[in-house]
Amino acid sequence: MAVLVDKNTRLIVQGITGREGSFHAKACAEYGTKVVGGVTPGKGGTTHEGWPVFNTVEEAVKETGANVSVIFVPPPFAADGILEAAAADIPLVICITEGIPVLDMVKTWEFVKNSKSRLIGPNCPGVISPGKAKVGIMPGRIHKEGSVGIVSKSGTLTYEAVYQLTTRGIGQSTAIGIGGDPIIGTTHIDALKLLNEDPETEAIIMIGEIGGSAEEAAAKYIKEHVKKPVVGFIAGQTAPPGRRMGHAGAIISGGEGTAAEKMKAMSEAGITVVKSPSEIGDAMARVLGKN
Amino acid sequence: MKIHEYQAKEILRKYNVPVPGGEMATTLEEADTAAKSLFGAGNKVVVIKAQIHAGGRGKGGGVKLAKTLEEATAAAKAILGMQLVTHQTGPTGQKVQRLLIEEGSAIERELYLGLVLDRASAKVVFMASQSGGMEIEEVAHATPELIYKEYIDPAVGFAPYQARKLAFKLGLKTTQINDAVKFMTGLYKAFVDTDSTLMEINPFITTKDDKLLALDCKINFDDNAMFRHKDLKELRDLAEEDPLEVEASKFALNYIKLDGTIACMVNGAGLAMATMDIIQYAGGSAANFLDVGGGANQEQIENAFGILLSDPNVKAIFINIFGGILRVDVLAQGVVNAAKKLGVKIPIILRLEGTNVEEGRKILADSGLNFQVGTTMKEAADLAVAAAKGGK
Repeated sequence: MAVLVDKNTRLIVQGITGREGSFHAKACAEYGTKVVGGVTPGKGGTTHEGWPVFNTVEEAVKETGANVSVIFVPPPFAADGILEAAAADIPLVICITEGIPVLDMVKTWEFVKNSKSRLIGPNCPGVISPGKAKVGIMPGRIHKEGSVGIVSKSGTLTYEAVYQLTTRGIGQSTAIGIGGDPIIGTTHIDALKLLNEDPETEAIIMIGEIGGSAEEAAAKYIKEHVKKPVVGFIAGQTAPPGRRMGHAGAIISGGEGTAAEKMKAMSEAGITVVKSPSEIGDAMARVLGKN
Repeated sequence: MKIHEYQAKEILRKYNVPVPGGEMATTLEEADTAAKSLFGAGNKVVVIKAQIHAGGRGKGGGVKLAKTLEEATAAAKAILGMQLVTHQTGPTGQKVQRLLIEEGSAIERELYLGLVLDRASAKVVFMASQSGGMEIEEVAHATPELIYKEYIDPAVGFAPYQARKLAFKLGLKTTQINDAVKFMTGLYKAFVDTDSTLMEINPFITTKDDKLLALDCKINFDDNAMFRHKDLKELRDLAEEDPLEVEASKFALNYIKLDGTIACMVNGAGLAMATMDIIQYAGGSAANFLDVGGGANQEQIENAFGILLSDPNVKAIFINIFGGILRVDVLAQGVVNAAKKLGVKIPIILRLEGTNVEEGRKILADSGLNFQVGTTMKEAADLAVAAAKGGK
């Protein structure tokens, strides 16, 4: 098992002829993901690196039977790309693009949440089920097939956690990067639900960061529904209030969204919360009785 | 992106949201001219307001009333150029370089209106409160039930009935309701048209002759949307920002200055925050937040070094890179070249992980420069803290 992406994934890349889209389409295919084509308006009927290119997502889905789309479209057009994918009923839409105007996402999410599509991101590294499929920009080789599920708002911090696990011989079932924007499709809770219901996932790492209250909501959900052990970390314990720390959503405002509040809620929910990012791997090893 | 009150009020005027008449002044002469013209127009009171990108200006002495031209001149003299300290500026305060000279208003009631993005519902929410003139966070904390909220469906927009609901809850007079609906509808339109993330009218006042006015206005724009607002981009006031942050923004570096002694260079926002955290955990303090992004090349690393070294508090540099797409050997060469070119004297501690990490470490070891390499984040953080302390 694993969740979201696996051997049955048939991937199209929106923006496949762009620099990023092209590079990562190849990297995903090299990892073993079945890439079946791409979309670039105006370049339909051509091929790119051997893949067929279509003008519209609808056409691409019809011709290739794609069930996942990954979006590398530049920020001014990315929200429209998400809408197009959702309108074509693709079950899973993963938007990597960083920098989408938030009011574009307000409108887009209103449509997508009532569609048949699940959205991951935007502003996320994507999803990987090690040994099965990689849909995103994460370095595949640091991963190892196994049974720890990961949900995280941050890209490189997820790689850090994965690396700590892999070097301790602990594999991962699926790592889900949900993104660092204020409005995202799949939330911590949604991802936790998937990992909780996945029989292959034995334990979960939840990585959050300052801003908003999604981690507090997730902690409540874990307390009520998740029986699997969870290790947690919150980035931004030393971040000053009122400043956006890189990610559009990473801001403490009006005294809300602090790391301390999130860590408190998580600890109270029975999550093993580590203060230092270097302790994530060891904490998971302890939880799994491998240390 | 933040803008000044006078700029925010200019925007409101375009949307027919009533604001007091006034003019911005950068010199005492301009302030005098503006005050003269307001008194000449029959105003009994003129208000002199410091224009800085921070709240709490009144308490800090940045807002004064004047009943005569002499008083106005004295007030402008006192405020212009002062180092204004508020709860939002930090202890050093912010130098006042602009004034807003405005007509005084006969205030009857002070209320609050605000538009903000609500993350949990993924909608814009219109907030109103009878407790105007105070920090809305304090109201939200003490009496959350006294903040009235209307969530806005993005497809429908802000409906007149929602504005009426808020207006009645604010206890406005029946004769003011239509004006309030126009006022709020104008605000929402301005919010959407300018891609704002925050718009606050605090206080939103009723006057003794039953008019509604935006006495103060705070607007923040969405940085991600500025590509489609060239005109709004012009409103940026670099004098209000940290000079190093302005410099960093020229190179598309995501940099925030902090007060510590260990400079950080990291790829990825989450890892950059986590690096600050682990430095504190190891007993030190970070001098900055810096995300160099995923595609950092040598030029970008040089730019980043330049910024980090301009901070006189910095005693050591901690480079924490998790090379995914970025190859570690390429990065290491970039660091060596940049350090040599810039003649970096302070200790550099690196923690590099990812593709070609062995080659990268060799490049560092062979460089003849003062590099220390930690194999884990913790080890590197300990080294950085020790180096920063030893450097004193």
